[in-house]
Amino acid sequence: MDILSSIPWELLLIQTVNGIVTGMILALVASGLTLIFGIMDVVNFAHGELFMLGAYLGVIVVATTGNFWIGLVVAAGVVAILGAALQVSTLRPLIGRDPLNTILVTFGISLILQNYALWQFGTVVRKVSEPIGSYFTLFYLQYPWYRIFVAGLAAAIIGALYVFLKYSKFGVWIRATTQDRTMAQAMGIPVPLVYTGVFALGAGMAAASGVLFAPLGGVAPTMGLDWVLKAFIVVVVGGMGNLGGSIVAAILISLLEAYASIWVSPSQAVIVSFIALILTLLFKPTGLFGTTVTR
Amino acid sequence: MSAVAASATPLVQVEGLHTYYGKSHILHGVSLTVQPGEVVGLLGRNGVGKSTTLKSIVGLVHAAQGQVLYEGRSVTSVPPHKLAQIGIAYVPEDRRIFRLLTVMENLRVGFDRAGVTEQRKRELLDKVFAYFPVLADRRNQAGGTLSGGEQQMLAIARAMMLEPKIILLDEPTEGLMPRMVSQIRQIIEALHREGVAILLVEQNVPLTLETSQRVYILEKGMVRHHCASSEIHVDHDVIKQYLGV
Amino acid sequence: MDQAIDRRPPENRGALRPILQIDKLTVRFGGLAALSAVDFELRPGEIRAVIGPNGAGKSTFFNCITGVLRPTSGRILFDGEDITGLSADRISQKGIARSYQITNIMPNVTALENARIAAQSRRHGWNFIRHRDSFTDLTEKAEQALAAVGLLSKAYEFAANLSHGEQRNLEIGIALATEPKLLCLDEPTAGMSAGETNETTALVRRIAKDLTILIVEHDMQLVMELASRITVFNYGSVLADGTPAEIQQNPRVQEVYLKT
Repeated sequence: MDILSSIPWELLLIQTVNGIVTGMILALVASGLTLIFGIMDVVNFAHGELFMLGAYLGVIVVATTGNFWIGLVVAAGVVAILGAALQVSTLRPLIGRDPLNTILVTFGISLILQNYALWQFGTVVRKVSEPIGSYFTLFYLQYPWYRIFVAGLAAAIIGALYVFLKYSKFGVWIRATTQDRTMAQAMGIPVPLVYTGVFALGAGMAAASGVLFAPLGGVAPTMGLDWVLKAFIVVVVGGMGNLGGSIVAAILISLLEAYASIWVSPSQAVIVSFIALILTLLFKPTGLFGTTVTR
Repeated sequence: MSAVAASATPLVQVEGLHTYYGKSHILHGVSLTVQPGEVVGLLGRNGVGKSTTLKSIVGLVHAAQGQVLYEGRSVTSVPPHKLAQIGIAYVPEDRRIFRLLTVMENLRVGFDRAGVTEQRKRELLDKVFAYFPVLADRRNQAGGTLSGGEQQMLAIARAMMLEPKIILLDEPTEGLMPRMVSQIRQIIEALHREGVAILLVEQNVPLTLETSQRVYILEKGMVRHHCASSEIHVDHDVIKQYLGV
Repeated sequence: MDQAIDRRPPENRGALRPILQIDKLTVRFGGLAALSAVDFELRPGEIRAVIGPNGAGKSTFFNCITGVLRPTSGRILFDGEDITGLSADRISQKGIARSYQITNIMPNVTALENARIAAQSRRHGWNFIRHRDSFTDLTEKAEQALAAVGLLSKAYEFAANLSHGEQRNLEIGIALATEPKLLCLDEPTAGMSAGETNETTALVRRIAKDLTILIVEHDMQLVMELASRITVFNYGSVLADGTPAEIQQNPRVQEVYLKT
């Protein structure tokens, strides 16, 4: 029985690489989401639309300037400011009220942004070419360097976020506010400002993910939906508010999906994510790395 | 400002404060004052509204009626983080230090304010470590790993980093062993010598009478008695009536 | 299932047997002992006040008796029956009712309905077919409970519209509607004005005639007026136990309260 030779090793390794690439983008999207939830207790249903707007902005700036990197920075910056404006106008007045209100508000914002994008850009999928066009040989494939680069850049951004949270003044403010919002205020930390800043940060990260993903999958008004759904699964499986957990969960789920799509079609491979979600909720509802936090 | 004018304007003045917790009417018109540099005690049994009074001053509890004045200006609707920045520090019951932050990070939160030079930060740290040598030893440890007494020290140290004009201290000796209780007494006295005002909520009557210049006694959300600490002692009828059994 | 209710006055009710007998009750949370081997005995018809400083273990004690918390070790006997570790609903069925520190009434129904639902838990609980208003004995029981707490005139008011004091009294009324043998009151006068406190004190005195009452309170005036006996807790153990006069003269109790 030569079972070993019937296992498609090369395909598995290729899918491992693909899984890690998708996983890192997903991790970037999910970290913004889990940051916003962990610190502000806000379930941001508009996160996918911020991703989508970032992608569109990136496309526009690239078309105007011809430079992908400028597009990335501008998109992240503009969407971060948009995020801050949204938070101040719609979410800040709701602080301390029933969390259901914030869910409704962010859901409403997502509908508005989606329809705006439909009206503004139409349904045709926009394409943008990758900034790094070269390939390398991976077994029998010509594998794009850009994909490897995206994984690396996403990891770098997440790493920078970690360093920021751990060592910078604003990072200490964020961590203090997460642990005890009341005492953070009593210690002079401007908590409303911290909340706005965190939301802007999360929005910027979503936008950056959108731009990075654009060359891989094209840009359409509904592109955010798939990603936000997976991001929520990642956040729940990794443990809500747990940054390290979401990263591990994002890679894990993406790898599982990538492997599954060797045997079934990609749209069916998505089922794997839902199975992971159900198993987590059944056996460890606080998430793989989650702990019950007392507020 | 002349000395007469200085004593005319209290540092903190609470007038006719009414607060509710849902429908529960906790404070029924509390009024008190704290002069600059004074240590004022707030005594009373459990549940009479002592902690609520402190929380109302620092803006963590909304006042339905009445007002809070700081240096003569109304601060009743000023958000808590602004009050911390202008000199009102709060040390709650059960300390509530940031358990997952290190001792240094807990302190840092206090001096990472606008207008504090690097030099001043070092001076503040030195001062706080002189007051609390044990914190210097544990400066890189997570707050949650400290003992109860050490957490209390950290909570007070953290408040001192705000360079406050008044510290609202809520039951600092609760749950501490006698040796730590006398350390707290020394700290209160040292802060008083530095000119920091203290509004001290305590269940420990002797400690309060010894360290404060005036005391208020609260019962059922109202001030029932107010006098200089020197006028009463532990066996006084008023103490027995409102605090004893 | 209809419950037989013992209507004999407390003194005739097998007066030798305590209604509540607690042996070596211990509750540990991790390394912390919230209660250490507490022994406690309550005679039928008593009004027993439980007092003590913050963190002394009073709430933990209450929670064990009323089934909210499962003790680490020890035994609780109610009317001779072991109820240690039973769930809160089972304990309610056995005849122990509790009022809470934070008002627990249902705000969107009338006062009468609040009491009627409580009464229903003890009778006809499983009868799905008949309309709820056709159980006249339940309505009667609910009205009696409301009358006992002075709220009969407000029977058709929505509970949310009652004043704070009235809501606290309704809380007691709901507990009464379950026809308890032992009523546990957790800081019933919290957040009340002096006037409301006096009314509640009179109320408790009235209903105490047919019941045994265990009450946690910080209001010493109320405690001294109402209680037939007082138990003082400190650091998870019983510090003293006696009549109000005895407790007042106990130097250790004064010390604990005044922290001399």
